[in-house]
Amino acid sequence: MRKDALIAVALCALVGLFPYAVEAYWLRLGTTMLMYGVLAMSWNFIGGMAGYPSFAVAAFFGLGAYTGAVAQKFGVPMGLAWGLAGLCALVFAGLLGMALLRLRGHYFAIASLVVAEVLRELVNSATDLTGGGMGLNLPVPAASSIDAQATFFFYAMLGVAAATFAASLLTANSKLGFGLRCIQQNESAADMLGVNTTWYKVCAFMLSGVFVGVAGAVYASWVNYIEPPDVFDVLYSVKAIVMVLLGGVGSLFGPLLGAAVFLSLEELVWRKFLDVHTGVLGLLIVLLVMFLPKGLLSLSQRLPWARKR
Amino acid sequence: MLYLQILVNGLVLGGLYACIASGFSLVWGVLNVINILHGSFIVLGGYLAFYAYALLGIHPFLSILIAAPLFFAFGYAMQRTLINRMIAAPVLLTLTLTFGLDLVLSNAMLAAFTADFKKLIVEPPLGVVALGTVVVPVDRLLATLLALGLTGLLYLLLSRSSIGRAIVAVRMDREAAALMGVKVKSVYAITFGLGALMAGAAGPLLAMIFPISPLSGPVYLGKAFVICVLGGLGSVPGAMIGGLALGVVESFGSLWFGPEHATTLSFVLLIAILLVRPEGLLGRKGYS
Repeated sequence: MRKDALIAVALCALVGLFPYAVEAYWLRLGTTMLMYGVLAMSWNFIGGMAGYPSFAVAAFFGLGAYTGAVAQKFGVPMGLAWGLAGLCALVFAGLLGMALLRLRGHYFAIASLVVAEVLRELVNSATDLTGGGMGLNLPVPAASSIDAQATFFFYAMLGVAAATFAASLLTANSKLGFGLRCIQQNESAADMLGVNTTWYKVCAFMLSGVFVGVAGAVYASWVNYIEPPDVFDVLYSVKAIVMVLLGGVGSLFGPLLGAAVFLSLEELVWRKFLDVHTGVLGLLIVLLVMFLPKGLLSLSQRLPWARKR
Repeated sequence: MLYLQILVNGLVLGGLYACIASGFSLVWGVLNVINILHGSFIVLGGYLAFYAYALLGIHPFLSILIAAPLFFAFGYAMQRTLINRMIAAPVLLTLTLTFGLDLVLSNAMLAAFTADFKKLIVEPPLGVVALGTVVVPVDRLLATLLALGLTGLLYLLLSRSSIGRAIVAVRMDREAAALMGVKVKSVYAITFGLGALMAGAAGPLLAMIFPISPLSGPVYLGKAFVICVLGGLGSVPGAMIGGLALGVVESFGSLWFGPEHATTLSFVLLIAILLVRPEGLLGRKGYS
């Protein structure tokens, strides 16, 4: 655990130097990468550790984005609005988890997928509060120049990512993490041996919601304008899953590696195949699932020097 | 009398929903794979009918005869080449795989047919039929009857033919079916082909009523999910009753809560049913 923490702190410090070294384009990519990292690490709580195929990331993200935006509309300061978004996502995940986590397999996957759709419809029709389909403008932060803003949001997202990683590290090394891994391997057996499976699963689901909610609110402030199809996009859920699959399910650094690799691929695809980028993305997903289902970290075990051990 | 009209509207819609859901339910029940592509298959079927009518003058009802074998072959090949490799993988992987395939297909449709809505208008119009105060457009009525007929055919195929019995056997117990000499791999491929066929055949029927857009795949997919859960997984009568029920619920929901809440209502229903009766209203283990 200490080694992982040290690596993480070093990584964090290194990434923290990023704004001093690069231009605005790379800073934007960096902020996106940190956001993707938050989504992937968050999904890892419920999907990787507990083995529940959740598609709820988009729901938490959109909920966080709209909570933050609406709170700021009513004059709540930005930082507090972000916190509120996290709290809202946490409570929502808790309540939702108590209901949905009784389902398993496909049923859980679909029920969690549907939540984002329902929230999007509700936000769409609550025009007075959320602006409905017209979207919602957010106040531009007081920070003066555009560069200063970009740097500010980079550090904000870095903060969220660091918090998510810290939570992952603590969970993985705690009783909760152990219980979740038991649930993943055999839920009935875990239940019989005295693991409070319902409570553990709800905890994992709440952890997978809270940071995504904050990231959604930071995203909303960062881009200044949100609309329902943008923040409740089911692709957020799928991307989170793909990133974790890419990096390695259930591992600590896997989701981060996955986020970095996925974003690089996505950016290349975006730039080169603008018209067919979702198609190419789909093709990448298919290839990944078929040929590398255990992730990039599993490749290291195939190397010749790893095999000798 | 308004309620009677709303009920009839709901049933007319529900017949089409039954046809959408039966193929999806079959694939889910037998292969244990959620076919995210199902919605895009329906849309592709709609485009086939549109272009068959616009370019060749083939009536949409007849274009089902073209769509059926094409989609069966497409589905069969896709299962044999791609999905069968992943059939034993965990839920998450198969879901992600079909999701990726769906991204490819829907993007291809977007590139080929552009994003604007296309409406299939058949000349001359068929008019309406009135029973007392209840008025139903003839094209809708025919589409629904055809949809229910197709679903009935699927039911007959599964309950009477030997391949149908083999599919049911694999659904009930894959290992035992294999021991009895059923070729599980080919049953899987045929089942997936049948699922694609039902989607491809539903496309032209829906194109008679709704505008076609490459982006409406997820909407149909969502309805298929809800119906499967409503009616119980992997049962044709269940899909039929679930489809009709969803149609009625949606049309009354639109009346009482406004049409913008129809989707929310059906999804809330879905979650409620999942929690109270996860095996569905008619759910049971076998596949009759």
